[in-house]
Amino acid sequence: MKRHLISAADLSRADALLILDTAEELAQLADRPIKKLPTLRGRTVVNLFYEDSTRTRISFEAAAKRLSADVINFSAKGSSVGKGESLKDTALTLEAMGADAVVIRHSASGAAHRLAGWVRGSVLNAGDGTHEHPTQALLDAFTIRRRFRGGSRGGQGGSGGMGPPRSGGFRGVAPPGQHSTALDGLRVTIVGDVLHSRVARSNVLLLSTLGAEVTLAAPPTLLPLAVGSWPCAVSYDLDSELPKSDVVMMLRVQQERMSAAYFPSVREYSRRYGLDAARMARLPDHAIVMHPGPMNRGVEIAAEVADSARSTIVEQVANGVTTRMAVLYLLLGGTEFPAVTQ
Amino acid sequence: MGGQGTGPDRWLIRGVTVAGYGGREGRTADILLSGGSIAAFETGLNHSGAHVLDADGLIALPGLVDLHTHLREPGREDAETVETGTAAAALGGYTAVHAMANTDPVADTAGVVEQVWRLGRAAGHCDVQPVGAVTAGLAGVRLAELGTMADSAARVRVFSDDGRCVADPLLMRRALEYVKAFDGVIAQHAQDPRLTEGAQLNEGEMSASLGLAGWPAVAEEAIIARDCLLAAQVGSALHICHVSTAGSAEIIRWAKSKGWPVTAEVTPHHLLLTDELASGYDPVFKVNPPLRTSADVVELRRALADGTIDCVATDHAPHPVEAKETEWSEAAFGMTGLETALRVVQEAMVDTGLLDWAGIADRMSIRPARIGRLAGHGIPLEAGVPANLTLYDPASPPAAVVSAGASKSRNTPFAGLDLPGRVVATFLRGTPTVLDGKLA
Repeated sequence: MKRHLISAADLSRADALLILDTAEELAQLADRPIKKLPTLRGRTVVNLFYEDSTRTRISFEAAAKRLSADVINFSAKGSSVGKGESLKDTALTLEAMGADAVVIRHSASGAAHRLAGWVRGSVLNAGDGTHEHPTQALLDAFTIRRRFRGGSRGGQGGSGGMGPPRSGGFRGVAPPGQHSTALDGLRVTIVGDVLHSRVARSNVLLLSTLGAEVTLAAPPTLLPLAVGSWPCAVSYDLDSELPKSDVVMMLRVQQERMSAAYFPSVREYSRRYGLDAARMARLPDHAIVMHPGPMNRGVEIAAEVADSARSTIVEQVANGVTTRMAVLYLLLGGTEFPAVTQ
Repeated sequence: MGGQGTGPDRWLIRGVTVAGYGGREGRTADILLSGGSIAAFETGLNHSGAHVLDADGLIALPGLVDLHTHLREPGREDAETVETGTAAAALGGYTAVHAMANTDPVADTAGVVEQVWRLGRAAGHCDVQPVGAVTAGLAGVRLAELGTMADSAARVRVFSDDGRCVADPLLMRRALEYVKAFDGVIAQHAQDPRLTEGAQLNEGEMSASLGLAGWPAVAEEAIIARDCLLAAQVGSALHICHVSTAGSAEIIRWAKSKGWPVTAEVTPHHLLLTDELASGYDPVFKVNPPLRTSADVVELRRALADGTIDCVATDHAPHPVEAKETEWSEAAFGMTGLETALRVVQEAMVDTGLLDWAGIADRMSIRPARIGRLAGHGIPLEAGVPANLTLYDPASPPAAVVSAGASKSRNTPFAGLDLPGRVVATFLRGTPTVLDGKLA
């Protein structure tokens, strides 16, 4: 890697740990009176959003602004694919405006990949169709690590390995390696519409890279036929997975799946794969419940679960900003992405 | 003009190896083309006044016949015209192509098929045999006027809704039955529409990891199985377009073992490429049916070699640049193929030892002409037959395919790939359409 972040598969274990460690450093900013770093001053980040996703856009916007980047929001929702300006022409436009990074959310799988072929700046995939959403996986990994590993990388202070230019206030981080804590041995169960989920794809790749044991729990209709080639286990029975899960990650059931024969009815889905209080009680005491949002309360997750102490849903949102800061910082502030070799 | 006064010039092709002549290996001979026919075919011919083409090391094949070409005219002249598409065909060694019906307007009336037929005659690069639509407007609701198209000047015998499947089993049965009256054949694009809603790529490991909606093999195989049974039931000729899966080949092998009137084609790209090429989301690799797995490629080659699959057909599907320079899911399905077909087939079938050149003549000329009921083409080279032939240099060192050719479109999946061989010359009724690899 890499000038871009398009797939979680682009990240080696060292890359992923570097991002998480950097995010950990950046998280300390949140406790300071002034939350802003001058690191990306003069750099331009474009948020190119072809889909409505206020939460993801705001998260990237906040991340870029806290690093002092200039942010341009390009909402292309009106020019939906198939009509209006082509993605390539939009890319050339952004190129002409001098975008240093383009954060793209698009309904077509592979859109970020295509865009990366047309612009010189970095491309950050903020969700492409049913393919991937790598920063979601990173923020999820960050959230899991904080809950289970106390976040940090074993207390070793950083010593400026990154050497970022003009990074007043931010001292850089230690190179990843033996001091960094990964997710080895943690058991993560991802539940629901894996077939259409970019969150699931990115999480399977990233969490397994970080050493977690991932299990997908879903009705067979919502799993890819070739899921056997993925680095994870598969189960059709959620109840049998819960007692051995450290983390349960519930996926959103999209409205359009509900009438497309993937399951007989919303109620049956909820009965078999929804996380309600009774199911939550089967989890080990230390287990946490995650959801990438937005939730369908009462479908894949019951309100009392979403609002319980096990739920990390609000934390995930906060961690999203710091994780995305780390990614932007590493892609734009440093040199080549895994530049830290010392 | 040549010795006949009104006929084409005479050509003496010296020392060419004729595939299948005097045994599988072929034998060298001299061929004299005169008056549109092969006037003489023997060794040591000496004919003053004829153009001489030294064909040492070249192979002579009966002019190639494509059962499956999209010429796009009328309607999408920005992608291809009859003129440019047939020029591409000639450069690829073809002397006849079947022009698919999914034009705009659809070739579902005598008027449109005659227009395409006349455009082909005017272009002159190769013969253009229009394919008629099975259903009006390709809508899959009622039969087009098949008999009227058969009786037209275009003499349509192959009918296809290609691009769409005749999914309604009753309509398919009626179509198969109806064309018996004029020795027609229904060429089916086998794709169950419900099983392929929104489908983008072969359903498998690649589609799963790329997050692209899967195009399952069963959607092709189920239709082929059904249609083989229908063809047997009504005793009429069924042709399966662009077979792409190992399972399809197995079903066709079984149907043929029953003696049922079923034929099939495979495209060059399905003989060489796999779905792994989609990993970069470049829609130049997006095609329908989709590229499959290497296991499918192996079985398709075997089926073509043993005759289960009768022939190679290009499914040449030109698209303008903007139809491919886009997101994968928005991009058009299809690849060009006329100019590269023979080279791809050499790579996939000859250089692997699966077919010899007599076999190539059979699969790329003789059998497709027979399936298309095409007179004057696909005839083994001998004295007295129409002088439709292709001269090919199989020893030409592998060279990278360039995307720019005679076709108006550039969507070749083979660009940059080193392929062996070179089409040196193509003759249509004794007149060169291609000489030294260039349009004559």
